[in-house]
Amino acid sequence: MDASTIIAKRIALELRDGMLVNLGIGIPTLVANYVPPGIHVFFQSENGLIGTGPIPEEAMTQPRLTDAGGRPVSAIPGACTFDSAMSFGLIRGGHVDMTVLGGLQVDEYGMLANWMIPGRMVPGMGGAMDLVTGAKRVVVAMQHAAKGQSKIVPRCTLPLTSTRRVDLIVTELAVIAPTAHGLELRETAPGVGIDQVLAATEARLEVPDAVPAMAIG
Amino acid sequence: MRTTTVDEAVAGIGDGASLMVGGFMGVGTPERLIDELVRQGRRALTLIANDTAMPGVGVGKLIAAKAVRKVIASHIGLNPQTQAQMIAGEIEVELVPQGTLIERIRAAGHGLGGVLTPTGVGTVVEQGKRKLEVDGREYLLETALHADFALVQAFLADYLGNLTYVLTARNFNPVIAMAAATVIVDAEHVVPVGMIPPDQVMTPAPLVDFLVART
Repeated sequence: MDASTIIAKRIALELRDGMLVNLGIGIPTLVANYVPPGIHVFFQSENGLIGTGPIPEEAMTQPRLTDAGGRPVSAIPGACTFDSAMSFGLIRGGHVDMTVLGGLQVDEYGMLANWMIPGRMVPGMGGAMDLVTGAKRVVVAMQHAAKGQSKIVPRCTLPLTSTRRVDLIVTELAVIAPTAHGLELRETAPGVGIDQVLAATEARLEVPDAVPAMAIG
Repeated sequence: MRTTTVDEAVAGIGDGASLMVGGFMGVGTPERLIDELVRQGRRALTLIANDTAMPGVGVGKLIAAKAVRKVIASHIGLNPQTQAQMIAGEIEVELVPQGTLIERIRAAGHGLGGVLTPTGVGTVVEQGKRKLEVDGREYLLETALHADFALVQAFLADYLGNLTYVLTARNFNPVIAMAAATVIVDAEHVVPVGMIPPDQVMTPAPLVDFLVART
């Protein structure tokens, strides 16, 4: 299983029946492929859609039905559309049960930086700041390290997305929960040892007595 | 509401004007109006939009034509030309969280001086802004954002100017239609009055100043 698949499959286990969920671009988008059977999840695209469906075949695309990256999507039966004020009212107003976002850094305080690298990449925050501020639950989906550098750090050096503590970090190595006392190691990926996670992590991790493996098949 | 041609509609937009333009990554952008702005060689515009789309798409065409002096948007990441012009100092870019941007526009259209939002508190976004505490929570005061013109893409427009939008092409369109001094609409279909049931009108006709004729 590649890193993205491990992350997406594990986060999909956080989905519950009836949730309204917003998925960011990249690895987070893949979570929709692993919705556990028997539950119905409402996926929101912040450009104005609840009920985002799979990417249609090329000949079946509708140019006015797209995701937040501007790519054609489909809408499932029961979908609805709305303007951007409503879309961000849903997000900021606490109506979105869970958001899954990519990350550049998360620190020991659970702060997320995911929207710019000063002097190198200034794409803009888009909807990320509103999502982290307003969603009931924030899950970060990211690779554990980039170019050999741990992305889980003592203190973010990149500009923060929000001062709200995120709820869960899922990487290809581990599930980590930011708490009021710091970062707690909750699970490891199949075949990954605790020492391996600690070695790959620059931030301090609390390791409880029992650290189960991710329940992904 | 007056019907007009594309070139006449755009002729009323002067160099240096501020424009709100509907669309999200080019979806729901009035392309005919954008193309005409480029053709007429407009300069020094202030562009207020969710994003700057991609090169050759939607408002990305205004960026490529160097028609824009200032951009107020939430995202420019998929248009390298915007970033290149920003680095070269040719274009000023104000990045605003998307939910804040649309609320600043909505506030303008709804007669409010601004809104209080928790988004951006404790980040670089709060720089230079007033912070207020309400019931123990901190908020930023984000001021209303007006424009000279709103360029709106509708799905249906009736002969009076009542509008509907379709799917994710709605996005900023109905919100900007309330926030600008002059509202110019292009519609995919112009239909007789009565074809849009009252309950389905998303932008009421009195908000529309110009409807571009189908040619």
